[in-house]
Amino acid sequence: MGILSRSLGRTRERLKGALQKLLPSEKVDAATLESLEEALISADVGPITAAELVEGLQEAAPTGEETRRLLRESMVRILEAPENGNRAEPEPGRETPWVALLVGVNGSGKTTTTAKLAARFQKHGCSILMGAADTFRAAAVEQLCVWGERLDVPVVAHQSGGDPAAVVYDACAAGSARGADVVLIDTAGRLHTKDNLMAELAKMHRSAGKVIDGAPDEVWLVLDATTGQNGLRQAEDFLTHAGITGLILAKLDGSARGGVALSIAHRLSLPIRYVGTGEGTDDLEPFDPEAFVDGLLGEAS
Amino acid sequence: MFEQITERLQRTLRALRGTVHVDEKALEPALKDLRMALLEADVNYGVVKEFLASVREKALGEQVMASLTPGQQVIRVVNEEMTALLGGAQVPLSLVGPSPHVVLLVGLQGAGKTTTAAKLGHFLRRKGHSPMLASVDVYRPAAREQLLQVAKSANLAAFEGAAETPQEIADAAQAAARKDGHDVLLLDTAGRLHVDEEMMAEAAALSAAFSPCVTLYVADSLAGQDAVNSVKAFADRVGLDGIILSKLDGDSRGGVALSIVSVTGLPVLFVGVGEKFGDLETYHPDRIASRILGMGDVLSLIERAQENVDEEVAAQLEESLRKATFSLEDFRQQLKQVRKMGPISKLMEMIPNMGGNVDMKALAPGEDDLRRFGAIIDSMTPDERQNPSLINGSRRRRIATGSGTTVQDVNQLLKQFAMARKLMKQFGRRGGMPLDMMGPSGL
Repeated sequence: MGILSRSLGRTRERLKGALQKLLPSEKVDAATLESLEEALISADVGPITAAELVEGLQEAAPTGEETRRLLRESMVRILEAPENGNRAEPEPGRETPWVALLVGVNGSGKTTTTAKLAARFQKHGCSILMGAADTFRAAAVEQLCVWGERLDVPVVAHQSGGDPAAVVYDACAAGSARGADVVLIDTAGRLHTKDNLMAELAKMHRSAGKVIDGAPDEVWLVLDATTGQNGLRQAEDFLTHAGITGLILAKLDGSARGGVALSIAHRLSLPIRYVGTGEGTDDLEPFDPEAFVDGLLGEAS
Repeated sequence: MFEQITERLQRTLRALRGTVHVDEKALEPALKDLRMALLEADVNYGVVKEFLASVREKALGEQVMASLTPGQQVIRVVNEEMTALLGGAQVPLSLVGPSPHVVLLVGLQGAGKTTTAAKLGHFLRRKGHSPMLASVDVYRPAAREQLLQVAKSANLAAFEGAAETPQEIADAAQAAARKDGHDVLLLDTAGRLHVDEEMMAEAAALSAAFSPCVTLYVADSLAGQDAVNSVKAFADRVGLDGIILSKLDGDSRGGVALSIVSVTGLPVLFVGVGEKFGDLETYHPDRIASRILGMGDVLSLIERAQENVDEEVAAQLEESLRKATFSLEDFRQQLKQVRKMGPISKLMEMIPNMGGNVDMKALAPGEDDLRRFGAIIDSMTPDERQNPSLINGSRRRRIATGSGTTVQDVNQLLKQFAMARKLMKQFGRRGGMPLDMMGPSGL
């Protein structure tokens, strides 16, 4: 929990300033609520969600202590609503590989996150295979291969410029043939507004299903924690075209707070599964709604 | 969600009418909507606050110009303020001092530095320079390989030598650039978080050692509220000369441009608009301004309408609209006016909400249609123009022959005219958008 708490430190400072003005027994005034709203907006929660959260408080909370409790509760409720805990992680000894596709806009951190997930599942005793389906960006394949060497995980890759759906197919086939427990597929970054590239994702999705029934098990949108309100658009479009099943919030070790994830969870009912907190392969933690909100609100977890 | 907000803002602005001065009571709801739109566009909270204060001050009590509605007047103030904040004249990339000029690219992870390096190299070569690219990213796996590959496919020189530290690589690259006669050395650095003390110190040391001619910060246009904190940290620690805004080909509003520019005062030199090497454009503050508000280029439309429309003809048109005696004669006049204003598609593009409005779309004929419509109306008798219901089958055939078109074309025109007239009546009654937004001529 340490890293996550630290990385949320700055957000916390901000919210703390607002919350500390809330003396436990004192009545909450409009100015205090406004500074709460400001703190939420500054954390990229978005003006609409922030206004909704604060509006609820105004009616219900006469004192500072209750305000704090109610705000915390409503934020946790939003984050828990999409059934965060329901989906299990893959376990060793599977008959057919468990397949995850990592998607997102350019530069969100997909390749690094793929490597981190491989390291995590490897620690659980799973045998892993990675598919380098980013055949577009220069040296993306090499980048994943370096991670593969470091982690001693095999990587299925084609020539740069090849058909990514074919890489997905081959990776799934190789995973099945070798009895891998997990196949993690890194895809090329794409802006959600590019229809042809989004259609390509749908094709990759189908390719996985052709090899392994029901694959992919997960399609995760890797979202840069510095992303602003456009994150909601990204999630909507990736949901429509690639059927994303959850989010991974990358780069949460900066001063960005990733508040848009709260809006995404709220509007699209998508769970946040992991948070990335650094450049090392161990810097990935399962998402914990309570801790996330506690971190945001500056309370000891 | 953003569309809903800008729609509401436009409705609020349209509601500002019938007053000689813009007063506080009328302005307040508009400012509230404007605040929402700016925050939703990822403009920094503090910047929004200041911006609204200055809009309020400028818009209040301003005499409403005869040719603009109060709503348009407020849009004008908003646009002027925003364009002023976003920076006035374009700032060119200036390379002075001893050759090779070092251009340092810095930014957060995933902002787009490497792609931007290749685009910038491509741009500089087209300007007659001979750039060399070098990556000093010794951290991310295959980062240097990536730069070599993009340089190769952009047909640009790249420094291939390896060394342990960024500074050693940069040293060797500088020597190589000098030896091979390159006048610009583009240094692509590792992405780093501004809170990473060690990495920031490394960038600062690199900058101190090479005193780059220009240090550019690559800012991700998808970024949110935190963008100002990172750019400030880079400006303080490394020293920045300008901004390149990346990934503007998405649908982000780019409010981050307003935040960054107003907080740092740094100029935006380029915007990245695609994945190809040529997809680096010079920065136009006015375009970003209308993008942030999502209001199309309402103001320039107002301006164009005013410049080009013959006031007298427009007044007549408006008169006939109000009396609902809008005839084909008026329609022809109007088509002429519209054609004067420029390509119709361009005009439609500039009108917010036009895309979704089926009726308006049907009313937006292409250039060829306009020419054909003109010919068809010219082939009618004055009576027919005043009273289109006269036009029966044999008249249609005559008009078609006379104008070198087909009966279908004539039918199409009559149908569109009927639709236009219906719509005009509606708008004439409630004084809705076309009249408001497009000046007196309407469409």
